[in-house]
Amino acid sequence: MKRHLRTLFVVSLILVSAGCARKHGPASALKPTAFGAALVESSGGKQIGATGMVLAQPLVVQVNDEQGTAVTGALVEFSGPAGVSFDPPTGLTDSSGQLSTNVAVGGMAGRYQLTAHTPTKAQKSVVLKIEEIALGYQQQVGYRLDDKYCARCHNPESTPERVSNYDNLEVKPHPFTEGDTLNKMSDAELTAIISHGGPALNKSALMPPYGYTLSKTEIDALMSYIRLISDPPYHVSGTVYAEK
Amino acid sequence: MWQTLFGHPVRAFGVVSLLLLISLAIAPAKNHFSEWRHYQKQYLALVRTREDAVTLRRHFHAGFQQIWLPGLGVVDRCTTCHVGLKEPSLADVSTQPFRRHPVIPHTFDQFGCVMCHRGQGPATTVEEAHRSTLAWEQPLLPARYVQSSCGQCHLATLIGTPQLNLGRNLLGRYGCVHCHTIKLPDGSAIKPTDDPPSLEHIADKSTREWIYAWLKDPQAYAVSATMPNFKLSDPDARDISAFLIAGSTPIPGDTAPVTPAGKDKDQKAPDPTAAASLYGESFCASCHAVQDAAGNVVGGDVGPELTRIGNKVNPEWLRAWLRNPRVYDPQTAMPHYRFNDQQVSLLTGFLGNKADADLLANVHLDAPTPEQIAHGKLLVTEYGCASCHEISGIKKSENFAPELTRIGSKPITQIIFLPGMPHTVPDYISAKIRQPRSFGSALKMPQYSFAPAQIDALTTALLSLTDRAHDLPLALTVPAPPPSNYQPAGKAGQLMADMACFTCHAINGRGGDMAPDLTWEGSSVQRQWLQAFLKNPGTLRPALIRRMPRFNLSDSEITELTDYMMTVYQTPAFDRDSMPASGYPPAQVEQGKQLFYSKYACQSCHIIDTKSDKGYIGPTLTQVGSRLNAAWIYHWLKDPQAMRPGTSEPNRNMNDEDARALTAFLMTLKSSSKLEAKK
Repeated sequence: MKRHLRTLFVVSLILVSAGCARKHGPASALKPTAFGAALVESSGGKQIGATGMVLAQPLVVQVNDEQGTAVTGALVEFSGPAGVSFDPPTGLTDSSGQLSTNVAVGGMAGRYQLTAHTPTKAQKSVVLKIEEIALGYQQQVGYRLDDKYCARCHNPESTPERVSNYDNLEVKPHPFTEGDTLNKMSDAELTAIISHGGPALNKSALMPPYGYTLSKTEIDALMSYIRLISDPPYHVSGTVYAEK
Repeated sequence: MWQTLFGHPVRAFGVVSLLLLISLAIAPAKNHFSEWRHYQKQYLALVRTREDAVTLRRHFHAGFQQIWLPGLGVVDRCTTCHVGLKEPSLADVSTQPFRRHPVIPHTFDQFGCVMCHRGQGPATTVEEAHRSTLAWEQPLLPARYVQSSCGQCHLATLIGTPQLNLGRNLLGRYGCVHCHTIKLPDGSAIKPTDDPPSLEHIADKSTREWIYAWLKDPQAYAVSATMPNFKLSDPDARDISAFLIAGSTPIPGDTAPVTPAGKDKDQKAPDPTAAASLYGESFCASCHAVQDAAGNVVGGDVGPELTRIGNKVNPEWLRAWLRNPRVYDPQTAMPHYRFNDQQVSLLTGFLGNKADADLLANVHLDAPTPEQIAHGKLLVTEYGCASCHEISGIKKSENFAPELTRIGSKPITQIIFLPGMPHTVPDYISAKIRQPRSFGSALKMPQYSFAPAQIDALTTALLSLTDRAHDLPLALTVPAPPPSNYQPAGKAGQLMADMACFTCHAINGRGGDMAPDLTWEGSSVQRQWLQAFLKNPGTLRPALIRRMPRFNLSDSEITELTDYMMTVYQTPAFDRDSMPASGYPPAQVEQGKQLFYSKYACQSCHIIDTKSDKGYIGPTLTQVGSRLNAAWIYHWLKDPQAMRPGTSEPNRNMNDEDARALTAFLMTLKSSSKLEAKK
């Protein structure tokens, strides 16, 4: 009886340890065939996505060597703060030295600092920091309102679907990403300009009042969106979800 | 006996008492060391470091917290650990469970937590409340699908839930609801919006070779095609194409003879750019997309993509279609352009050249045998082709695929998961959309080529279809506006159907949103302008790439339409004759001009003088006095949204005097006076 128990114990111990070992298995499956010296972002940084969701464009990074030529087969690992996921989280660069990953940002609205690592020949790690923005419900509403009412003048970039009116204006509006200017204005000041138009703060009459068109909730939503996308960030502390 | 079993009675009594004491202490100890007490202690420690510690501590209530909403079946104890949800000053706290809840339009006291986040509301441990292992029928909903919860009550489009809106849109656009019935809690059903073509006359339109290639891989023909890939074997595609061609019946007049290409060229070499510019002038691209050299699909998605249209359609059919599409398909969204023969020839040639020589190069089909045709018919029935397409000899099968009305609450015990896949409903739904046949090679559901974001959106829309959504009090439901089946009457109504006005314009709640709503058009514009515009539509908004095409209407047709619109599309809000079209005092006109340029700075969006003004968000107003009705301008200035809901022009809260002065000024901007000024 006792011997049976002992065998059972030993067998289960082996099984358990085997189970544990398998968990760590796939992580080390990727072996770099080459090493780079630099890591650069090709595309997919500074995107505006929605909380918890996959960003519209994949994040693409490129590994280069000392001469700046692309390195194929270098290992790149992505990481980010809690809630961020990468598909795939690691991989080897392709023939053009690039690795592409789909990023899903976390559940809280804010800025997400992501990092990509690649090992060098000297077993050191090159780090690239990338920032993405996630809109929560309120900022999402703000984004839609911006798109409908504000962006035609405040966004200088034209697309075939929407030609920007920015260049046609005598007094240039501030793009909402222009943190240097907008961050100096208080919430009350911004709300006053949106509600009562430019003349409320002795600014251009080209900015019409929206207080009779948008509700207070909508203006709040617009403000929270403007604050979130501002560059440099509006509240340096707090809204940045840096890697922990 | 007693002594051998339990030892000395006193010692035994002592041991038993001790055991009793310990067992009695288990419950209070468990309570004392419980997770929620631990979190509440942590919260108090966190609060101590904050500036507004006193306020935060005053808001804090120790012990179990519970939101109990008997009417909704909500018993949520989440706030026991998630203590700071309502504290605005905790927005910067990044450690859960103490973060403030992001701003949403509802309060927790209204709906609780699980209504949106799922999970086990009454549970008091982290595992039981959140995880799929212990809260296994109802684990926490991943953040990426949280918009689905809004969709339980909100059946209409919501500005803050783009993903849910997209998902619902895709359910209609990709025809999911042709096979899967989806009933919403208010009793309505999601309607398909893809309008799959009838295949009853397919032989007139297309060739068997093209059908074969299309069936094998629809996206190889057009990347934006909404038809899914049924992963048919070569013989199956051969037999289905044979059946469709064999069952096709001709429609008289749906083909027109084409003059031999060589002869045409000899007679008159057409300007090679003429066809392209006719294509552009007719604004075909507003509805039809073409893939450019870089692989981007450019153009609208109302009609099919035209990148390789030359491979698909017979030139004879295309000719007749361009002449009058309603002969082949009376219900088509394509307008009847009234092109003349030369224009039809130009466009037929232009579109015929949009072909890919490789597409059908390797398709060689022998004449079909009766067995192949019979097998094709069997396959068409089995794959449910008739759920979407009208096919001669096949009846549309109702409920071809499982109903999805409550898919968001599908019990996990009824789901067969794939090995290695997390056992949750969201994972099941998204895996099923991503690769339906991975759940069994005999399954009929075809392969769609959705992007990851589209799969998430579809999953979100499907997850909103829960038991809870159907069981909630109906008063909570925010239904979508009922679909309008408005139909203009008489000859004008027939004309509007013929030109498919509703594809782009909405009237009385029916129609598209590509062009302005025409519900009050009769109150808005002047008769002469409308007549001239229908004859030759000019540019009103220079920044738009989509504009009204020219329909080559006859004078009597224009009069018919103008009469109807000027009489019927009148707003009850004001009398269109209440303000004169001209004769305003010069002082008032001058005051209006001042207001236009200084106080209201209208030139930021509108142009009245092409030399000095540049704003082009709103329509150009250089000739607005000949275009718009004076009373309309006045009432528009007072409240634009009341005249056309959703317009982007802000309400300026204008006083009567300013509105009158601006109206007076704008009414002086007439097309004739401009001409005189130039002279």
